[in-house]
Amino acid sequence: MDNNVVISVKNLVKKFGSFVANDSLTFEVGSGEIFGFLGANGAGKTTAIRILCGLLEPTSGDIIVAGFNGYTQRDKIKANIGYMSQKFSLYEDLTVWENIRLFAGIYGVSRKLIQERANLLIENLGLEDYRNRPVADLPLGWKQKLAFSVAMIHKPTIIFLDEPTGGVDPITRRRFWEMIYEAADAGTTVFVTTHYMDEAEYCNRISIMVDGKIVALDTPSALKAEYNAESMDEVFVKLARNSQRV
Amino acid sequence: MSYGQTRALKGATFAVDEGELFGLIGPDGAGKTTLIRILASLLVPSGGSATMCGADVVRDYQAIRQMVGYMPGRFSLYQDLTVRENLEFFASVFGTTVEQNYRLIEDIYKMLEPFANRPAGKLSGGMKQKLALSCALIHKPKVLLLDEPTTGVDAVSRKEFWTMLRKLKNEGITMLVSTPYMDEAAQCDRIALIQNGDILQIESPKQIVDSYAYDLFGIESKRPNAVIKALRADSRFQSSFLFGHEVHLSVERESISIGAVEQFLLENGITSIAIKQISPTIEDCFMSLMEHQNATHI
Repeated sequence: MDNNVVISVKNLVKKFGSFVANDSLTFEVGSGEIFGFLGANGAGKTTAIRILCGLLEPTSGDIIVAGFNGYTQRDKIKANIGYMSQKFSLYEDLTVWENIRLFAGIYGVSRKLIQERANLLIENLGLEDYRNRPVADLPLGWKQKLAFSVAMIHKPTIIFLDEPTGGVDPITRRRFWEMIYEAADAGTTVFVTTHYMDEAEYCNRISIMVDGKIVALDTPSALKAEYNAESMDEVFVKLARNSQRV
Repeated sequence: MSYGQTRALKGATFAVDEGELFGLIGPDGAGKTTLIRILASLLVPSGGSATMCGADVVRDYQAIRQMVGYMPGRFSLYQDLTVRENLEFFASVFGTTVEQNYRLIEDIYKMLEPFANRPAGKLSGGMKQKLALSCALIHKPKVLLLDEPTTGVDAVSRKEFWTMLRKLKNEGITMLVSTPYMDEAAQCDRIALIQNGDILQIESPKQIVDSYAYDLFGIESKRPNAVIKALRADSRFQSSFLFGHEVHLSVERESISIGAVEQFLLENGITSIAIKQISPTIEDCFMSLMEHQNATHI
């Protein structure tokens, strides 16, 4: 296997009874890459992400994430990835510091390192005044940044971002992507889903899932050229319009 | 409207014309849901008043509930009732039948019909949204209040949904629809841009774009993040943000040429760029208004 490949998936199949949620997915993601994982509602994205995060066992296929086997080393995978979603990321009634301590503990960071990294994180985000205040008091933009930083507290190889910017104002959304670029520049691999098609353009490469299959996988510019489209929105609509699933 | 110390709406004033498709555009926490819930007579405002078709949302709440169709942001139908049962239930609550107003929902319901016997909780996101719209329409409301109907829905279903709304507009139904997606704003007759409980601007999408106060450049580059960093370090540039495959740079009117921007980026080691002057989108306008508002608050 190529040394720079951090996610390797070959012929991944996941069935629930007779329903094929993931139908023979094959793709690789390189180190430091920003990989956009797009698809219509119900296309099978969430199932695939759960498998890649070690939360779900695949039915068949070869899955290596951060160097670990997707069947036998799922705990190792969990320790080497970070996960953030807009729907659930922080406990609103815990303070900033308590959230950091909780998640760092879950991710297996030692007590001593938690102190050190928490202080650094709070300083970098300029959250000193909010350290002992509940997360519920933070403006949404800050919550997003904090959630992202918390998911990175154990310095994971890969960070999975599941619709991280849903409902967020346009400026905060862009500031968030600047953080994603910083993380990728520092060598973290970013695996991201979004319904904002302008954000698809920010990715190095994109896959588009329709009805459990990957129907397109390339750079945004190559996909736009292939589908003779002005924007990723057009590419997505051309591909996803024919979905049979409801 | 206040919740304890939090002022969710700070003196919102606006009027929607009969038959208009009116958009409330703003991010989470802007006050969109509070405003819609007040209009739906589900919340009592802390101050001010609101009327719809002459009925006061507080005093005449019973009349309001007859004339309004409301689609809440969170899926609120009965998950364990089937598609058909949900529809029949909402029809009977409003003292009507599915058959009586079927024409109004026909186009939407046809897409749902193959799943008429499926529990609502087992539908996909796009189908749930279509069912919720059908249920909100079944009593033939004069006014439709739609709270973020397209949030979390994929780009294809979003487009379908807006096609449905335009059809309903032809039926003469007045619609107030909220969304965090700026690109949907262009589909409305007029939009209110809303942020932190304040309405920033109410105009037609075209007027909003026309009133944009800066020159805007689109910069294509392989290193958008480096472009942004360089531009932000120089005070001649108003703002610079990622924007699809470009970086959008705004500057004071006629304050700097394309050539000068190109030269500046070259001096900062950023080569192979393409710059052109572009027209703003609604999103550019919203961001500019947001920045202006934040600046005046500080």
